[in-house]
Amino acid sequence: MTDIRRTVDAVWRIDGARVVATLARYTGDLGEAEDLAQEAVAEALESWPSSGVPANPGAWLTAVAKRRAIDGWRRREKLTERYRLLANEQEDGIADEWQPIADDMLRLVFTACHPVLAREAQLALTLRVVGGLTTEEIARLFLVPVATIQQRIVRAKKTLRAASVPFELPDPQEWPARVGTVLGVVYLMFTEGYAATSGERWMRPELAEEALRLARVLARLLPREPEAQGLVALLELQASRFAARTDRAGNPVLLTDQDRSRWDRAQIARGRAALERCDALGRGRGAYALQAAIAECHAVAPSVEATDWERIVLLYEALGRIAPSPVVELNRAVAVAMATGPATALAIVDKLGSEGALRGSYLLPSVRGELLARLGRTDEARSELTTAAGLAANDRERAVLLAKAANLVG
Amino acid sequence: MKYMLIMRGNDDAVAAYQELDFEAVINAMGAYNESMIDAGVLVAGEGLTDAKDGFVVEFGGETPVVTDGPYGETHELFNGFWMIEVSSREEAAEWARRAPLGVGSKLEVRRVTDESDFADYADNEYIQKEKGWREEEAKRAAKA
Repeated sequence: MTDIRRTVDAVWRIDGARVVATLARYTGDLGEAEDLAQEAVAEALESWPSSGVPANPGAWLTAVAKRRAIDGWRRREKLTERYRLLANEQEDGIADEWQPIADDMLRLVFTACHPVLAREAQLALTLRVVGGLTTEEIARLFLVPVATIQQRIVRAKKTLRAASVPFELPDPQEWPARVGTVLGVVYLMFTEGYAATSGERWMRPELAEEALRLARVLARLLPREPEAQGLVALLELQASRFAARTDRAGNPVLLTDQDRSRWDRAQIARGRAALERCDALGRGRGAYALQAAIAECHAVAPSVEATDWERIVLLYEALGRIAPSPVVELNRAVAVAMATGPATALAIVDKLGSEGALRGSYLLPSVRGELLARLGRTDEARSELTTAAGLAANDRERAVLLAKAANLVG
Repeated sequence: MKYMLIMRGNDDAVAAYQELDFEAVINAMGAYNESMIDAGVLVAGEGLTDAKDGFVVEFGGETPVVTDGPYGETHELFNGFWMIEVSSREEAAEWARRAPLGVGSKLEVRRVTDESDFADYADNEYIQKEKGWREEEAKRAAKA
């Protein structure tokens, strides 16, 4: 990659979202705005090597893209109201006035995460237009060919057009659900990076870091939404443990075995500050904030033994009520095991098992195996851990489970 | 990856700074900081007070020598820093380019070390000790 390519990529990183948001306000179509912005990027790659990087590269890209838009519309004799609006602005000289109003950034986020799009399309489009990543970077993060991401983005743009999705904010009655969708896209991105469901590596921290960066952006765009603050709190607190989550060979290190001196204290402080911002809104804690509060309990505890497990049990109970899921229930069982002992916890896990929850996942047998081991029921423990290893899709995780099974004595 | 943007200024910068409307400086710096917070890249930053409040401890002789500010012959003063978390060296450079600094100022941009920089020395006695120190620190922080 040449230097100019890297410089243009860096500019796109910083200004891409605002360039696209500004253009989409005029075109009314996110896909068209993104196409125009790409044409401007291509022109930058050609002209910046000789002209130098402009003082305000975002304004430059926007101005070039607008000129392209006008040329295109003129060619197609599509002299609509939008064209006149844009043409007038162009004559006024837009160099310093290119920045979108805050609502345009929000429109961008809501449109990229629109419910008409498939989850993987939402992820790719959000990283592209909100995160400012190149298609190549996105492909690397998701371990798929560049062409796959290109297709996803092209398809996403076509879908938005086919569904006539306007470049607008959601209606008030749709607002909570749409905020939930946006936060969910970023959360999913983070979890895939935090504990990769497939592949050789246990974590893909680069993907998690992009999600964290997006979560920080969302927290700024949605300052009155408790869950936007809760999400960024959760991700900061989870990410603070990254350095301790793998050993030098790249194997996973579970929370109980982590070297807590390697947790990032500054990041923990940022996470706790975000949770305080959530609480200061006075509207209670949602599912993300509750998970952040659980992560906070771990973050402030000097050791596994000194952790406030009873509080963690309470937080999981609350989480289980507002966002019931077998995974939350399983985590509650783990906390119960720490707070009151493995026997009570095993009852919770067995109830989940009898309900057929989490069938086909390694999670249930791995927790069950741990609890049985602590109860001294070694043969059953070994069998559960071996079953879990057979179900784990991640190579590193499988190795850890097999090692545990092999190390059981008795 | 984290980069530190280190603000340095010479005597011209200090003189120019005295002439500036302080409120305008606050506004320009505030807007710059806010743009980095909005983009999710700013993780830390501080400005430093006038050099006359500071002092320098110099090594080289038998005992270190303490010299009060503003250190007469110094060509450049370290005035503050930003720490940003970005995706590439080029992005760090692009943010640095946007800092509202004037004549006589410069930004030194340095990557902050992370665990990978010490990977070859993980067994070193002092790296191990530092882990212990950090653990103590963490325990104190948790109690506070």
